[in-house]
Amino acid sequence: MAAPVKQNKLIRWIDHRLPVFTLMEHELNEYPTPKNLNYWWNFGSLAGIMLVIMIFTGVFLAMAYTPQKDLAFDSVERIMREVNYGWLMRYIHMNGASFFFIVTYIHIFRGLYYGSYKTPRELLWMLGVVILLLMMATAFMGYVLPWGQMSYWGATVITNLFSAVPVVGNAIVTWLWGGFVVDNPTLNRFFALHYLLPFVIVGVVMLHLAALHQHGSNNPLGIDRKGPQDSIPFHPYYTIKDLFGLGVFLLFYAAFVFFWPNLLGDPANYIPANPLQTPPEIVPEWYFLPFYAILRSVPNKLLGVVMMFGSIFILFLLPWLDTSRVRSATFRPIYKWFFFVLIVDCVALGIVGAHRPEGIWVVIGRIATAYYYFHFLLMMPFVGWFERPRPLPTSISSAVLKGGGRLAGAGATMEKP
Amino acid sequence: MRKLVLAVAGAAALGLGAAWAQEASQPLPDEHWSFDGIFGTYDRAELQRGFQVYTQVCAACHALEHLLYADLGGPNGLGYSEAEVKAIAAQAQVTDGPNDQGEMFQRPGRPSDPFARPFANDKAARAANNGALPPDLSLIVKAREGGPQYVYGVLTGYREPPPGVKMGQGMNYNLQFPGHQIAMPQPLRDDSVTYADGTKATLQQEAHDVVAFLTWASEPTMEPRKRTGVKVFLFLLVATVCAYVVKRRIWASVH
Ligand code: HEC
Ligand code: HEM
Repeated sequence: MAAPVKQNKLIRWIDHRLPVFTLMEHELNEYPTPKNLNYWWNFGSLAGIMLVIMIFTGVFLAMAYTPQKDLAFDSVERIMREVNYGWLMRYIHMNGASFFFIVTYIHIFRGLYYGSYKTPRELLWMLGVVILLLMMATAFMGYVLPWGQMSYWGATVITNLFSAVPVVGNAIVTWLWGGFVVDNPTLNRFFALHYLLPFVIVGVVMLHLAALHQHGSNNPLGIDRKGPQDSIPFHPYYTIKDLFGLGVFLLFYAAFVFFWPNLLGDPANYIPANPLQTPPEIVPEWYFLPFYAILRSVPNKLLGVVMMFGSIFILFLLPWLDTSRVRSATFRPIYKWFFFVLIVDCVALGIVGAHRPEGIWVVIGRIATAYYYFHFLLMMPFVGWFERPRPLPTSISSAVLKGGGRLAGAGATMEKP
Repeated sequence: MRKLVLAVAGAAALGLGAAWAQEASQPLPDEHWSFDGIFGTYDRAELQRGFQVYTQVCAACHALEHLLYADLGGPNGLGYSEAEVKAIAAQAQVTDGPNDQGEMFQRPGRPSDPFARPFANDKAARAANNGALPPDLSLIVKAREGGPQYVYGVLTGYREPPPGVKMGQGMNYNLQFPGHQIAMPQPLRDDSVTYADGTKATLQQEAHDVVAFLTWASEPTMEPRKRTGVKVFLFLLVATVCAYVVKRRIWASVH
């Protein structure tokens, strides 16, 4: 391993004692990657970059923010008006949460389409679901910090869900709040946790990457690499591709930060929290709407809570719910269509979540919720079982030479499980 | 094709989610503002007129809690000089202290003071307004669906109640306000103010000016934000094109 960097004496000295340079060389530079990754594979690195951006801007916000109920709202306004570039930090952070979720959701659907959760990547996938849960907790608690009307009432509604737990429900809620209503102790602990959890996410991301590098990336064909002709080194091929993707992504992100910074937010959060006045409508941020829709579609409160959380926890079981041995949906003529219907279903749930549970919205919400569970619990095991997959190409290079996965090779072999 | 479907679904989820979360009950007016669009800026003359309307009319009931007099000057201000800002601040009487004798005292305002408030507390404000609380106006434009259009709609939306509509005690009929019954008496009419710059003070003009002022008040940093945004956007555009060209060249050898 003759890394060029090691010609420097100092670097050699350090590397001999602490092999960080060897590690970097191994994991970033030489790290062999399938040569046929498409642009959907950009979203993983984008999510990592978003995490860094959130931590960076968050730390600067925390320097000027006051987690006290009578001062929190004003301190955020002071950040906006008096702190140098405070408006920039806050708008990057505020819209960053939305873009972090956009990127992560796309990343997850990528995994769903190309079967990236299947053996040997089950733990990699499950660590990803853990990251999603941590992100949701972080974003929820962050939204409480500016202590606007939606912060306060959102916190009240969501924490109240735990009161549905039999017997100990109310005790749990009191414990979460640190009192008998959402109040100063709630704000204090949410700030402490909002500061902490992103660093926990960093830890889980490291495990996620360790698991990834064990077997390398999946790819659009979903077949294993058969030899060096199927791989290219990560650097420079994917570093430049990720960089280009980052540029395109930042163009969208910057447009929101600088030109429409409040479009994704709720105006009511610019009204200071008022425990005596319930806003006409309590709506969570857009990235929680599908889950909110599931919650409100179920007539029983406890069952609603269980189904809402279940909609994420079900992802942990995915590697075993999907009985097909073929990874990529490209070769699964039936599953493929169910995948697109699932996307429509999730979008529908999001729209339902933004509406009062009345009239037609209740009906759509119930159908969409039922369909969500149908997809994972029934469709996945059964389709995998009776579907006849199209023949797989013999190798990545053979498919690439023939112009992509659509032209499957003649001598098809099933991939090794 | 598949990619297109995915992209459209994603955009739809985002766009529809945001749009549908915010259904407005009443159609909004269609005013044009100097601060519209990504190159929009504040019109200083308009802001100064709006400030005059605020001071002479709205300030009797509404505070601007998040503003200091100093905000009126400087590059993101209304275009007043330092001396003018001092003079404006000095018109307010501010309670300060305690002094060396341990007593509070009154003094003229300074630029570093926050805007004077009309009422000592919310209770006093309600007592003077028939039980209704006039909200702080420094974020009102950001705090309402429809922003400047909505506030303009409220200020110009006063009408005689249609026959058969029962009005609550001390309530006024307003087309824009949700429920149409608002506790604020009509604040603006033709010639409510006499503009220092000689502009004709119609209701529409006054409403337009004060809404522009309130939009500035809700975000004095809008101009540097958009200006920075244009530069950042152009930089990213060039960088992204370069990255694309390099990417094509690096990947040219991969089959
Ligand atoms: C006589 C006192 C008074 C004056 C003067 C006054 N307002 Fe109000 N304003 C009120 C009260 C009281 C309310 C609360 C109305 C309600 O909640 O029904 C209010 C509410 C408002 C609202 C909020 C409407 C909403 O959507 O909740 C706006 C915007 C507003 N005023 C703007 C102005 C502007 C601009 C001026 C000056 C041109 C002004 N007001 C002058 C008393 C006043
Ligand atoms: C996973 C990463 C993170 C996510 C998803 C996230 C999300 C959020 C959200 C949604 C808000 C509300 C923004 C608003 O409406 O104003 C917020 C506020 C805040 N966050 Fe974070 N955050 C993250 C990381 C961090 C970190 C690491 C810190 C501190 C070290 C931090 C500090 C703050 C502070 C001080 C606020 C309040 C100021 C404000 O509301 O703008 N955040 N966060």
